[in-house]
This record gives sequence, C-alpha cells and structure tokens, in this order.
Amino acid sequence: MSGGQAATPDGVAPSPGMLPPGAAVRSIRHRRIGLGGWLLPTYTVIAFVFLLVPIVYTFVFSFNDSLKSNISWRGFTFEKWTNVCVVENGAVCTAFTNSLLIGGVSTIAATVLGTMIALALARYKFGARSAISLLIFLPMATPEVVLGAGLASQFLAVGVPKDMLTIILAHTMFCLSFVVVTVKARVASLDPTLEEAGRDLYAPPWQVFWRITFPLLLPGILAAALLSFSLSFDDFIITNFNSGSVNTFPKYIYVAASRGIPAEANVIASAVFIFAIVIVLTAQFSKQSRERRLAKRAG
Amino acid sequence: MPIDFAERGADLELVGIHKRFPGFTAIENLDLKIEAGSFFALLGPSGCGKTTTLRLVAGLEAPTRGRILIGGTDVTDTKAHERPVNTVFQSYALFPHMSVLENVAFGLRRRKVADVLGLARAALKLVELDHLAQRRPAQLSGGQQQRVALARAIVNRPALLLLDEPLGALDLKLRRQMQLELKKIQLDVGLTFLHVTHDQEEAMTMADTVAVMNKGAIEQMGAPRALYELPRTVFVANFLGQSNLFTGEVVATSDTAISIDAGGSKLTVPTARAERHRGRVTIGVRPEKLTVHRTAPAPDADRNALGPGRVSDVSFAGVSTQYTVELAGLGSVLVFEQNLDPAMGVSPGTEVWVSWEVAHTFGLADEASEPRFVDDTRTSEIAARRRETLKAELEG
Amino acid sequence: MAFAVFTPAETHEAPKKSSKLALLLLLPGVLYLGLFFLTPLVSLVLTSLQVPRPDGDVGQYDYAFNWQNYTALFDPDDGYFPHILRSFGYALLATVLALLISYPIAYFIGVKARKWPMLQSLLLVLVIAPFFISFLLRTLAWKQLLSDESFVITGLKAVSLLAPDAHFTGTPFAVVFGITYNFIPFMTLPLYTNLERLDIRMLEAGADLYASPFHVFRKITVPLTMPGIVAGTLLTFIPAAGDYVNASRDFLGGPDTQMIGNVIEANFLVLENYPAAAALSILLMVVILVLVGAYVKRSGTEDLL
Repeated sequence: MSGGQAATPDGVAPSPGMLPPGAAVRSIRHRRIGLGGWLLPTYTVIAFVFLLVPIVYTFVFSFNDSLKSNISWRGFTFEKWTNVCVVENGAVCTAFTNSLLIGGVSTIAATVLGTMIALALARYKFGARSAISLLIFLPMATPEVVLGAGLASQFLAVGVPKDMLTIILAHTMFCLSFVVVTVKARVASLDPTLEEAGRDLYAPPWQVFWRITFPLLLPGILAAALLSFSLSFDDFIITNFNSGSVNTFPKYIYVAASRGIPAEANVIASAVFIFAIVIVLTAQFSKQSRERRLAKRAG
Repeated sequence: MPIDFAERGADLELVGIHKRFPGFTAIENLDLKIEAGSFFALLGPSGCGKTTTLRLVAGLEAPTRGRILIGGTDVTDTKAHERPVNTVFQSYALFPHMSVLENVAFGLRRRKVADVLGLARAALKLVELDHLAQRRPAQLSGGQQQRVALARAIVNRPALLLLDEPLGALDLKLRRQMQLELKKIQLDVGLTFLHVTHDQEEAMTMADTVAVMNKGAIEQMGAPRALYELPRTVFVANFLGQSNLFTGEVVATSDTAISIDAGGSKLTVPTARAERHRGRVTIGVRPEKLTVHRTAPAPDADRNALGPGRVSDVSFAGVSTQYTVELAGLGSVLVFEQNLDPAMGVSPGTEVWVSWEVAHTFGLADEASEPRFVDDTRTSEIAARRRETLKAELEG
Repeated sequence: MAFAVFTPAETHEAPKKSSKLALLLLLPGVLYLGLFFLTPLVSLVLTSLQVPRPDGDVGQYDYAFNWQNYTALFDPDDGYFPHILRSFGYALLATVLALLISYPIAYFIGVKARKWPMLQSLLLVLVIAPFFISFLLRTLAWKQLLSDESFVITGLKAVSLLAPDAHFTGTPFAVVFGITYNFIPFMTLPLYTNLERLDIRMLEAGADLYASPFHVFRKITVPLTMPGIVAGTLLTFIPAAGDYVNASRDFLGGPDTQMIGNVIEANFLVLENYPAAAALSILLMVVILVLVGAYVKRSGTEDLL
C-alpha cells in the first residue's frame, strides 16, 4: 500500500513555496487509496471473530452433556436447557432470579432519581451546579473495588447486615450517574421552543411536562433504564463486597469457578444473551426501516 | 372555507417597556399601539429587539419595566398559557410525537373546547392540509410544516397572533407564495397579526403598518409606502430599500423648500419633506428616482442635478440596470434604471450626469445613526457574551 | 440502547433561573449519592486509620489515627508495592492494546460502513454483544480456550507454532489478554461515536493539500477524534486498574499476577483486615484521580468532564 509515497524523481527537495512536479497526480492517488482497501475489512472480520469467540464457546457448552464441571466436551444434549433448575437444588436459578429482582428494583430507583437530577442540571442554573456535576462524575471515575469496599466499610461501621437490600442500595448508587449522563444528553437535545409552544397553547406547567417534555424524553429514559439494568445484572465486584450470603448470578459463577461451573449457568447466560440481542436488533432495525419510510414519504 | 370565528382580534398596547438581560439591554422604553384587526410588522436587523418584543407579548419573557395590555386588559403579570395570544414560531416548534391533527388540537384540548377534532379539521382545511391530518410533522415538507404551525395557532382564535419570522426557513419562491396566503388568511379571519421579520420586502408586501426597529427602539412607524417614500432617519432610509444620501449646510431657504450645499452642488428638498431646516442636514433620494444623462442636463428649478461623474460599475439585473456613478467630492451614487432603451449602452468609464425631481427628495432627522447605547447589541456579540457568562457559571 | 450514552445529539442550552423546583428535583438524588457514595469514602478513610482492638477477635478494630497502615503498604517484605505496580502496569498495557485493536474497528464501522447503514447497525450490535453475556463466563471461556489441555493450545503445539512447554493461564500475558478483551467494547463505542461524526471532507481536504494517508491520519483524523480517544481510554483504564477478576487464580491469573483489587478483596472479605483494604482502596483512588486529572489536562479535553 505504498503507492501514494512516490517521491520526487531525483530526491531533490522542492524549494519552499514551489510545488514539486507531479504534485497534482499525487493528491489524486492519495485520495483513492486512503485507509482501507481490503486490509481494514479483513482486520475487522478477524477482530469480530475474536470478540465473539467466548460467546460462541459459552453457547456451545450450554449443550455439553457434562457431569459436574463443564470443561471438556462430552457430547451433545438438550437436557441442560430443559432442566435448568434441577442442578444443585436450583442454586443457579435462585441466583438468576435474585439478579433479576436486584436489577429491576435498582433500575427503577436509579432511573427516577437520575432523571430528576438530569432535568435539574440541564434546565436550571444554580450555584452548586459544577459541584453537583462533579458528584455525578466521580462515581464513574472511581474503580468498582473502591466503591464496593467503601460501602461495605460503611455498612460494617453502622452495623447494617449485608443482604438483598444492601446490594440494591449499592447498585442504585453506581447506576445513578449513568442514568444522569444518558438522560441529560437527551434533555440537552430537546428544543426548548417545543415547551414554549406548549405554554403558548394554554398548557399549564405540569401539562407541558407530561404532554411534551416527558414523551420526548422517554426514549432517553428507556435507554438509561436498559443500561442501568444491564450494568446491575452483570455487576460482580461491588456485589461481592455487599452481598453477604445472598447469591447473584455473577457471584454464583465467581464462587463456582474454583470447583467447576455447571452447564446450566451457560444455559441461563445464553438465554439472556439471545433475549437481549433480539430486543436490540428489533429496536435498531425497526428504527432504521421507520426512518427509511419517513425519508421516502417526505421525498 | 374559513372557520367561523366568533371573536374578533383585539388591540395591543405596550407602555414604557424596558427589557434588560444580564449584560445588555434588549428594549429601551418602547411604546406601541396596534389596532384590532390590523396586520402589523416589526421590521429590523437581528439583535434589534423585535423577537424579544414578541416574546414579551407572548408571555415567554417578563419585561423589566412597563405594561402590556391586550384588548384593554393588563396582562403583564399573566403567564403565557393564560394569555389569549398564540405564536407561530420561527422553527415552527411542532410537537414531533403527535400527529398533525393532534398538534392542531393541542390548544383546544387544553381549553376544553367542545368538538375539538371538528375545529382542528376545519383549521387544517383552511390551510389546505386536511388530507395530511394523520401524518407526523417529520413527514411534511417545510412549507407544509409552516402551514400546520399557522393552523395550530389560528384554530384557537387568539385575540392576537404572533408570527416570529415564520417564513424565514422557506425558499424564496415558497416564501412569496406563503406571504400572499398569510395575508389572505388574515383578511378572512379578521385577527390582529403581529409579524416579526428582518425581510423588508416581506414586511412591505404583507403589513398595513410597519414599524422599523433598531437597537431596542422603534425608529419610524407607518404605512409601507409612506415609510419608503419618506424615511425619517438614516437607518430607515438604508434598511428599508436603498438610498443615496448627501450631507451639507443649508444655504438657501424659501417658503416651500430648503437647499443644501453638498460638495459644491446645490441640492433642494421640499420643506414639508425635511425633518431639519437649518444647520447640517442629510438629504436623500431613492436610486430608482434618478435619471442618467450623457450630456449635462439643462438647469431646472424642479430638478436636482449632479455631475459630471464617471460610471464605475454597470450591472444588468433583468428588469432594471444598476449604475454606480463616482462623483467628485460626493462619493458614489446608485442609479436603478428601467430597461426601456436597450441601446442606451452606458459602459464603465463613460462620463455622465444624474438628476431627479426635487419632489422625490427627503430630508432626514439625523446625520449618521448615532449609537443609542453601547454599540454591542449585535447578535454575534450578544451570543459571544452569553456564552462567556454561561461558561463562567458552569465553571464557577 | 446501551450506546446511547455516547451519542449526544445537537444540544440546546436553555438554563433558567434557579428555583424551588430545581432544588426539589436535585435533593433526593444528591442526598442518595451523599449517603451511599460520599460518606462511604469518608468511612473508608476512617477505616484506613484504624488500629486492631486490644484483645479483640480477628476483624475487630478501633478508630484511631494509625498512619502506619499506609506506610505498611510499602513494606519491602510483606507490603504491596509489586501489586500496585502490576495493577497500573497491566491496566496501562491493556489500555494501549485495546486502543490499538479498537481504533481500526471503530474506523471501519464509523467511517467506511457509512454507505451501508444496515451493516453499520449490525456491527454496532455485535460490538456491544459481549455486554449481554456475563463477563465472568466470557473470561472463563478464555481460560478454558487458553488452558494447556484446550484444543487451541494442543493444536498449535502439534503444528509447532508453539513451544511444547509454552503455558498461558496464570501468566501476566493471560491477565493482560483478558483485561484487553473485556474492555474492547468500552474503547470502541466512544471512538465510534466520534468517528461517526467525522466529516470525511476534512480528510479529502487534507489529501488535496498533499498530505499522505499517514499524515492525514496523524494530523487530521487523530486530533479530531481526541475526545473519543480520551473517553475510551478512561473507560478502560479506570476499571482495569481496579479489576480483580481477570487476575484471580480461578480465572486467568496465578500467584504472581495478583493486582491491588485481589489484595483488597482478600483483606476485606477473607482476612478481615479492613484497615489494610481501606488504605489500599484510598491509595488506588487517589493515584487514579491524579493520573486521570493529569491526562485529561494534557490532552486538552476538560470539556469532556
């Protein structure tokens, strides 16, 4: 790919202010080559294979006819998918439902609190604005292990026993900042004249909010909730410090890693993966076909 | 089919309005009265305070000082949603999550009117968009969106309809077409229209009364033709159309006219058309009133003449030809000449004289537009300053 | 969608005057963060200065001002200096590797794939796909794929591409590999959102003004995507420095790959040596804040915060 590097014929440096012969030709050639050709697509394909290998591995091994630990391939079976909750008296399933519950509750709490902060930050000016922005940013810039240890030390000092509640409190805390950032971007992209138009058309403030502001923010709020849930669902480090004897799905895997993970864990992870991917793909492609339809009608 | 409007438009009165924003004054001591049922245009460059005036009337901003009366009722302390006023926003501000019909019905629903959808459909019919009622705003063209915004406002039969450069985003052809339609609708429904624009042609075509605004105050107000033929200030003379201006000392005064000495030439203006009658006076004339001569014109008491000068530029504009003539001691003069004589053939470098009727001359009240307050009320500077204060707030 | 975080659209600044409503909106969330983010940090500082309770059981401490808990971290015999070094070394290495791997991916999706919106969406979904499957399971999958008995390793050894005694799991290589892998999506997404908005005409203008492809990239593309690079490296480096899953013995690590996170976990949850764990946590946080602050200042992207 060195076609663009054709040097001046005799190696004489052109004097400043004077164009070397063939300069025009060179610029055209550069433009055609650019960064890419076949190299970039090939690289991208390889990179995606690398990214997706562990997912495929996890999925394939959910069909392994394994005994206790799921390391070597012993043959194909659907049995793990049909009897997920049998192994270890359903410990995998309990951990999974715990994770769903924790994710659900902390998502709701973080989304409500975070949306309120985002509205205040994007719509009002007040003295402590930059201090509050910093307070929102700091939890995202703090390693999870510090967040986890800090909360655990506080619960210890106050004498709060670690259980489901402490996990939910912890998850709401670290999801909150992500909600604020996501929703704030949405509020900032909302045209304030739309709200003015609402006021102009006889809507009192609370109607302006529920009929105009809120529906327009909803996609952002939903995105924030989705992000929040996936962060909570997959969190291990903070959970590990604040869970006591309660098991979540990631914690179950971490503890079981030393003695071998049953294939049922792969089944649950694969099912969650397929579910999430279907949702995201549907959302993405329906949005795109809607846009195309709009473009066609408008044009 | 126009909607059957029960009410008529109301008059609007602004008394001693001041509006200060942090760092600058947008409006200084504004008094204004708009008659019920009229089409009133506020014309001015960006940053002159015309949009702020509109937002004050709509209730989207509160004045620092002064009163706002609609139909004789003081609404100064009333909130936007409680005022019998509707706005057609520059960006249209159509609600993207509602259908066209729901957009139009929005105001009616808030006021719990009977037969909301019937009225909304009738309003859409008025702007000839009833066939698109179920579409989303994003699926409409710019001109269609503009009409929906108009329907959404007039369906409420507001006492006063505010138009904030509603045609600004349209291309020229559509703009001209919408101007005529807007005027027709105003006549049909008999509402009071307050139209804000920086397009002088738009203001002159549509409005019964035009107020030219500059630096937070009204410079001159009147019927479009009167404003054009007899501007009172340098700003109006230059903002509303183009003008040739000459400044000099008054050298002769008669019963009906005064004459000034402009760079050695004597120019006369009727006393009735001059704001000042002694001392240094600026007079002017519109470029299309001028005639170009290839030989020195015979002296005529009814005509002002200047020359000889040299043509420095000729540009052909279809309906007319524009000449720039350089006159020693007076600078350049602009002449618009109708293309009646294709063989006229004045080319750059030609020696010419120009003349015009004394009756077409006007005398102005000011000499150069003296800044009324600090000369920083231009939009770009306001924006820059606003950005700075915002930044300071965010950081501090 | 998860990646919505990284796509701020056109923005309208319209702050109004402060009001009671703003206070009402802020209060619950700010109180929450105060109670579950700020006071825990204070608690952590206090814990880091505790002394063991005289005649107390394991895990019982009294509040004091025992500054020695910090100096003990650097004790040459049983201090944690190697762990601290390892943490930041691994994190830095993984961040650089993730940036090198991610930039071309993001460039392809954000710039080259613009002509095919369907492909662009699909690739984007594939980038975030790893988020939807437990990262512990993904890491375990690599452990198994890189273990001595796996078909990958035995295969490579069979065709002599690997020395017969080569060994991966438990080595620093495996830990850095795991961290890099796990944070590629965090690096790719902000790069993508930046590159997606890159005006190609600027690259063409560069080429038109006699810049070689390399110079166009270095002088135009990279500076224009600096905000994405900074966001991506921060999103990778901060969690990577505190990570302890990859380095854990049950995952990709071994006895010689332990990072600060592992030590904090062991001290807090197993040994119940809370002061040591707290002191290490505070140290980790302070170092990260200093590094991040200097980095952001140097790259001139303070606006990002």
